Amino acid sequence: MISVTNLHKSFGDIEVLKGISTQFEQGKTNLIIGQSGSGKTVFLKCLLGLYDYNEGEISYDEKVFAGLNDSEKRNLRSKIGMVFQGSALFDSMTIAENVMFPLRMFTNQSESEMQDRADTVLKRVNLKNAHHKMPSEASGGMQKRVAIARAIVNNPKYLFCDEPNSGLDPKTAIVIDNLVQEITKEYNIVTVINSHDMNSVMEIGEKIVFLKDGKKAWEGSKDTIFKTDNEAVSNFVYSSNLFKKVRKMYLNG
Amino acid sequence: MIFLQHIGTYFLMISEMFRKPTKWSVLKQLILKEIEDLVIGSIGIVAFISFFVGGVVTIQTALNINSPLIPKYLVGFATRQSVILEFAPTFISIIMAGKVGSFITSSIGTMRVTEQIDALEVMGVNSINYLVFPKAIAMLLYPFVISIAMFLGIIGGMAACVYGGFSTLQDYITGVQLDFIPFHMAYAFIKTFVFAFILATIPSYHGYFMKGGALEVGKASTVAFVWTSVVIILLNYILTQMLLS
Repeated sequence: MISVTNLHKSFGDIEVLKGISTQFEQGKTNLIIGQSGSGKTVFLKCLLGLYDYNEGEISYDEKVFAGLNDSEKRNLRSKIGMVFQGSALFDSMTIAENVMFPLRMFTNQSESEMQDRADTVLKRVNLKNAHHKMPSEASGGMQKRVAIARAIVNNPKYLFCDEPNSGLDPKTAIVIDNLVQEITKEYNIVTVINSHDMNSVMEIGEKIVFLKDGKKAWEGSKDTIFKTDNEAVSNFVYSSNLFKKVRKMYLNG
Repeated sequence: MIFLQHIGTYFLMISEMFRKPTKWSVLKQLILKEIEDLVIGSIGIVAFISFFVGGVVTIQTALNINSPLIPKYLVGFATRQSVILEFAPTFISIIMAGKVGSFITSSIGTMRVTEQIDALEVMGVNSINYLVFPKAIAMLLYPFVISIAMFLGIIGGMAACVYGGFSTLQDYITGVQLDFIPFHMAYAFIKTFVFAFILATIPSYHGYFMKGGALEVGKASTVAFVWTSVVIILLNYILTQMLLS
């Protein structure tokens, strides 16, 4: 479980995160949603330790992140998998080398063991015969799957995804969403997904944290989001006519 | 104030470069790749430039010696001194700031823009050690490139001198061997080692700490070239003052 208590983060005089408190649970797909500029990415980067925060506390399984020494932080980070918005695959490596990278860096496995593990996770994300391709030769959907494979190859305890289906067609986006959810259940990990895609919210939002202007404006799940009378959430969710109709149908049974 | 901040951040990057080292098996591969990209990949252009600039130095020197009292072998002497003391270590380093420096800045800058550096950090990899340290180690072979530049500069001078009819081969060789001071080689290679470190680290700094998108990668490469050249010229002056005066 990841616990966040009263998190504040400022850039100069601009306060981006204004006292966020929440918990992300194990075995669930936890979504952070909100409009562009609401502080989602900054929040995610604070969780990952890429940004230092000004006030508050982030705990990974009751261990306060800021209180860890360098070696403990390194150890914790080796248990974190991350899927970046643009996949962030290493250009100079093949797909297989990208997936094997965390194993090469943090384990003493032999080359054949690493290759076997890479084969297993690439099969798990439904990628076959792509091992020797360079990232630039792969489609956006394939790159996302490789990024997921790289994130899970070292059996992480925590998986973070920054807009995992941005730039993908709706069908591929759903495939990626479902894949992330399946992996969360299969590995029983804490998954935190940063998204502003309402399809993702409705597909996999087992826990949803809604941010507005750097504050937590609402917390719930995909089952409760249609019932809420929170104005900020309603404005966000029902900005699309499609979801207005979906809500109407939902409320009418 | 911003200038001081840049200097401070640069030295912090240098100290971070030696902390939390990458696994040797991985580092070895990275160093070999950097040797190929930065050192071996530069030999062709360095050889081409050195040969022809050596020739030009010889022609210019020969054309400026009008007095019959000055012996012809001084053409070889002047070429050797110019090539060994300044052209090979300093002029080639400025060229390398353009070739190797912009390659380093743009490759690291692109990794920054595409979040590859963030990916390394999230995994718990010391990204500065992973990206910059292998470049600094690979550039320890830079004096090898400069040795080639010295040799080909003098050979280019010889070709221009003999085939241009400015003096005989025997005169040129006599001039090249005249009053040779071994410390001048030491001076040239001390400069080369310092410039090698600058060539690896200043462009890395500009790539690593850049912000923005593709346009900023281009700007960072230009800024890196300018600052690498400025620092090389300044250090060239300081080292010459310290070692030769």
